[in-house]
Amino acid sequence: MKIKILGSGCSKCKALEQKVRQLDETHQLHLEIEKVTDLKEIMKYGILMTPGLVVDGVLKSYGNIPKDEQLLQWFKDQRL
Amino acid sequence: MKLVEKYPLGSVVILLPLWIALYAILQHGADALVLLTGLPQGERLTEAVRFFVYEVPKVLLLLTLVVFVVGIVRSYFSPERTRAMLGGKSLFTGNVLASLLGIVTPFCSCSAVPLFIGFVEAGIPLGVTFSFLISAPMINEIAVVLLFGLFGWQTALLYVGTGLVIAITAGFVIGKLKVERFVEDWVFQIHSNSAGMQEAAPVFRNRIQSGYSAVSDIVGKVWPYLLVGIGVGAGIHGYVPENFMAGLMGKSAWWSVPVAVLIGVPLYSNAAGIIPVVQALLAKGASLGTALAFMMSVIGLSLPETIILRKVLKLPLIFIFVGVVAFGIIIVGYFFNLVY
Repeated sequence: MKIKILGSGCSKCKALEQKVRQLDETHQLHLEIEKVTDLKEIMKYGILMTPGLVVDGVLKSYGNIPKDEQLLQWFKDQRL
Repeated sequence: MKLVEKYPLGSVVILLPLWIALYAILQHGADALVLLTGLPQGERLTEAVRFFVYEVPKVLLLLTLVVFVVGIVRSYFSPERTRAMLGGKSLFTGNVLASLLGIVTPFCSCSAVPLFIGFVEAGIPLGVTFSFLISAPMINEIAVVLLFGLFGWQTALLYVGTGLVIAITAGFVIGKLKVERFVEDWVFQIHSNSAGMQEAAPVFRNRIQSGYSAVSDIVGKVWPYLLVGIGVGAGIHGYVPENFMAGLMGKSAWWSVPVAVLIGVPLYSNAAGIIPVVQALLAKGASLGTALAFMMSVIGLSLPETIILRKVLKLPLIFIFVGVVAFGIIIVGYFFNLVY
C-alpha cells in the first residue's frame, strides 16, 4: 500500500509522518511511505491546507492529523 | 481527555460551571497565594509576583474558553467554503468579505502557500486573496483574548476593527497595483482536481469535539509563550520605573511609531508572547498607538511567513505586500496617538 504525506515542512506535517511511520511499525502494515514536499506535486491534489494524506492515490484527509483508529481503518480497508 | 471525547455534551455541562467558579475566585485566590508566600506588602518583587499569579491563570482560563468556542465556530467554516464564497465577488466587496472570513476560517501560516495557489486557481483576484492573507494571521483568537483580558474589551474591539481596516485597504491597494506579473509563473499553470474529497457534514457532537481538540492543540502549544510573556510583563511591572517608556514609546516621540513597526516586522512571536509585554510597556507610559502598531507588526507580519510566500511571489511583490501592510499599521499607530 502506498502512502503519501503531502506537506512542505510544517510541524503538523512532521507529526503526521511520524505517526504513520509509528503505526506502520507497531502494526506491521508494510506501508510504502513517501513524504511529498514539492509544491506542484502537492497542489495536484487540490488541498488548501497541509498536511494531506493520500492512500493508494486517494486523498483521505488534509489540514489535520487524523486519529489512530481512523488511520488504521484506512490502512486496513484498502488491503482487502 | 478520553472521557471528554466520549461525552462531549455532558462534559460541557460539568466543565462550564467549574470554569465560572474558578474565574470568580481568581482575584482572592491570587491575593491569598501572595499572602502565603510571606512577601512584604508593596515591595517590587511582591507586585511582580502578584501580577504573575493573577494574570497567568486568568489568561489561561479566558484562552481555554474562547479557543473552545472559536473551535466550534470554525467547524462551520473551511478554506473550501471560503474560497467558494469569494468566487466572483467584485474587488471592494471581495476585500471586505475576505477580511471578515479571514477571522473565522481555520488558517495556519504554514498553509499560506497551498491556500494562495488554491485561491488564485479559483480565479479569486489577487487583492482579495491578500486581504485574506493579512487578516487571517493578524486577527486571531489568541490576540483578542489577551487584549480583552489585559486591556479590556474596548482595546480588543479596537484591534479587530483596525486590523480589518488594514486588511481591506491593503488588499484593495494591492489589487489596484496589478501585481499579477510578480506571481511565480508556475502558479498559474497548476490545475488540480479540485473536486478534493467529499466531507460529511459534522453533527453538533463532533463540533464540540473539534472545540476540545482546538483547546488541546492551541492552548497546549501556546502556554509556554504565555508564561514567558507574562513573566517578562511581571518583571516590567515590578521593576521598570513609571513613565520610563514615555520618552521612548510615548506620544511626543514622533518617530516611535515607524521604529516600532520596523522592529516589529522581522520579530516573530505569537500573540501570547508579545501582548503581555506590550501591556506592561503601556502601563509604563508607552502610548496606545505605538503599542498597537508594534503588536500588529509582530503578529501580522512575520519573517517565516514571507519566506514561505516567496515560493509563490516574486521579490517585488513580497516587498509591496510587506510595505503596504506596514504603511497601514503606521497610519493606524499615528491615528491612535492623535486621538487618545
